[in-house]
Amino acid sequence: MKVLFYFLILPGFLFTAAAGLLSSWIDRKVTARVQWRVGPPFLQPLIDIVKLLGKETILPSTANKITFLLSPVIGLVGITLVSTLLWIMDANPNASFIGDLIVVLYLLAIPSISVIMGGFSSGNPIASIGASREMKLLLSYELPFILAILVPVIKSGGLIKIGQLLNYQAHNGVFAGSASGAIALVVAIICMQAKLALVPFDMPEAETELIGGPIIEYSGTVLAMYKLTRAMMLFTLPVFLVIIFIGGIELAFPAAIWGILKIVGLLVIIILIRNTNPRLRIDQAVKLFWGPITGLAVLAVVLAFLGK
Amino acid sequence: MSIKLKALLKSPWVFHLCSGSCNNCDIEILDCITPRYDIERFGMLLVGSVRHADVLLCTGIVNKLGESRVKRIYNQTPKPCLVVAVGNCANSQGVFRGSYACGKPLDQVIPVDIYIPGCPPKPEAIILGVVKLIEKIKGKKK
Ligand code: SF4
Repeated sequence: MKVLFYFLILPGFLFTAAAGLLSSWIDRKVTARVQWRVGPPFLQPLIDIVKLLGKETILPSTANKITFLLSPVIGLVGITLVSTLLWIMDANPNASFIGDLIVVLYLLAIPSISVIMGGFSSGNPIASIGASREMKLLLSYELPFILAILVPVIKSGGLIKIGQLLNYQAHNGVFAGSASGAIALVVAIICMQAKLALVPFDMPEAETELIGGPIIEYSGTVLAMYKLTRAMMLFTLPVFLVIIFIGGIELAFPAAIWGILKIVGLLVIIILIRNTNPRLRIDQAVKLFWGPITGLAVLAVVLAFLGK
Repeated sequence: MSIKLKALLKSPWVFHLCSGSCNNCDIEILDCITPRYDIERFGMLLVGSVRHADVLLCTGIVNKLGESRVKRIYNQTPKPCLVVAVGNCANSQGVFRGSYACGKPLDQVIPVDIYIPGCPPKPEAIILGVVKLIEKIKGKKK
């Protein structure tokens, strides 16, 4: 019962969905202000979701029906699990279990995988191209991302529980304060941008060439699920980085404001990167991640071993 | 009014369907999303896939080859959806009337909800047209 409550309501689905929609409003509003526009009203993301829930869901005749309908659900469940785990551990670091960091890393890949499944199962050639690009992107950013996450583990002397990492940071200062931690944070932010499939790494969706990519055939409720997953990721990934690198979010009253500021700060960085960069080609993105970014991540790992 | 319709009117995602226009109307439609007019204020977004669309902005005479495609695109749109005919061409075939390429006018191919005249209509006129469409639907359902 308690687990269900955690999963569905408080740190889980409802809370993350509300926070995610709020972040996606911040995203759209800041984007609009950067472009000297007024931007959408506050409730716009919620209205979009409600509208999509009320629309007809079309099943393309070429699609594999079960996979087509199931993949958005998988993505939504994956990101909800991540968020639940992260918040429970943030509230109570002792609730952590061995290897939860690895579990979270795996679960974070699930939304991308659900997009790939949905794209391939919809039987649309453009969706297939988008899905194949998403797959290449996943393969390219996963290596530096994991290397960057390795840095806090090494620096704390092999702690692999998220709760322990939080406790370590509470006593010894945040990881982002050291040279290796700062470099790892930069790498992780760039990988996060790719995980969210935002410009400059939005080639799977590329509105101007692939007109929506993997989700091109989705409509109505299933599209709403994808939009919601996207919004929830926009909130959950900054939370993950804040917990791993910048010391987590304290849930007491005045300290919580500082925690929220950390999340919003990361969010604004994401939005500014997205608004000031052109889209890369997929081969350029793979080169970028496997070349310079992995190099930086390796440098951070080496520095962490040296104790810097 | 049902919550479904209310949400639809507050976040109409627009798909841009061009069939045999001279491309001038299309440029005026794109003007609507520039900072000067910024239709995202009303929750409107230009979407690339017709499956995501709520409003079809149709421009151009529907020529003989395009006719079946326009019909197919209308059928591919998830309902409820609205159709707006932008420009004289889409309203009444405009200057192309009587040309060998002209088939039936748009409103005989798919049901049209509102007509926006002009060759091309100004962005203000397009926004006004959509506002009138929203008012019309609100009035109908009251
Ligand atoms: S109405 Fe005028 S501007 Fe618009 S497509 Fe027709 S000819 Fe071109």
